[in-house]
Amino acid sequence: MDKIPILRMGRFLLVTIQVDLYDKLALDLEADLIKMVGKTNARGILIDISAVNIVDSFMGRIISNIGAMAKLVDAETVVVGMQPAVAITLVELGLPLRGVYTALNVEKGMDLLKSKVLREEETDPDDDYAGDSSV
Amino acid sequence: MITPVILLSKDNMTVLREQDVVPFRNRVKEYAIKIRMGLVNQTKLITAASELARNMLKYANGGIVSIETIARGRESGIRLTFKDEGPGIADVNLALKDGFSTGKSLGLGLPGARRLASEFEINSEIGKGTKVMIIKWANG
Ligand SMILES: Nc1ncnc2c1ncn2[C@@H]1O[C@H](COP(=O)(O)OP(=O)(O)OP(=O)(O)O)[C@@H](O)[C@H]1O
Ligand SMILES: [Mg+2]
Repeated sequence: MDKIPILRMGRFLLVTIQVDLYDKLALDLEADLIKMVGKTNARGILIDISAVNIVDSFMGRIISNIGAMAKLVDAETVVVGMQPAVAITLVELGLPLRGVYTALNVEKGMDLLKSKVLREEETDPDDDYAGDSSV
Repeated sequence: MITPVILLSKDNMTVLREQDVVPFRNRVKEYAIKIRMGLVNQTKLITAASELARNMLKYANGGIVSIETIARGRESGIRLTFKDEGPGIADVNLALKDGFSTGKSLGLGLPGARRLASEFEINSEIGKGTKVMIIKWANG
């Protein structure tokens, strides 16, 4: 596998990480996601890491970078499905996942994204669904 | 009386390129499973191993890791020894502090690996290289 597929679901992008990423793959994903957010005007990114067995500082940094860059183009990032052993290890490693939200599973992550994005749009009269161009 | 450490198996792996890290981690995992290490300890061990392998690559152009199965009394564990012939670390105590990095990074690798391991030892000599040893006991 030499590329991680990015699915588009309405105004959100969905990525499922199926393997323990080697560095090149992770860096490519970061770049692809940012490009895709720009192109599709996505408002949210959902990263499913339920199949990931280890998150080291490199992976952690990639995830935080994705969150930070998405924010720059006004999109939120949610990481879902982190295995308990991975979560425990990350705390001990001392690595905070900055700039991203976390949720238990894809469904809860979607709900979280929707609530974040919709809340913003309610308070932002300039933002107009109908005027949103798709790709 | 100090209970002696008994060596049960020994394996070596070179880590010279970024692509070597995932197979190396998988190998460590296989050994950890063989001694029935629990999932949380396995994850801690492999994460620490990943950090140390990355340091070797980033600062010393790679090196050799020995993967050993050991026993001490009724405990069994995995001992990993990372050896490189890189530039060495000028101030090991400083390098072990959270947030210290000469690589514009988070500076979490060494202190994090120390927290994740049951036992941790580092020796470094400027101009000669660095050796880091960690042990994770199956139940520790
Ligand atoms: N094998 C090594 N050879 C030479 N110097 C090393 C080695 N390992 C670590 N160092 C030095 O120790 C510092 C701290 O290492 P540590 O792994 O804690 O942080 P980092 O690699 O800089 O950042 P991070 O691991 O969070 O990405 C490094 O910046 C580097 O200067
Ligand atoms: Mg490091």
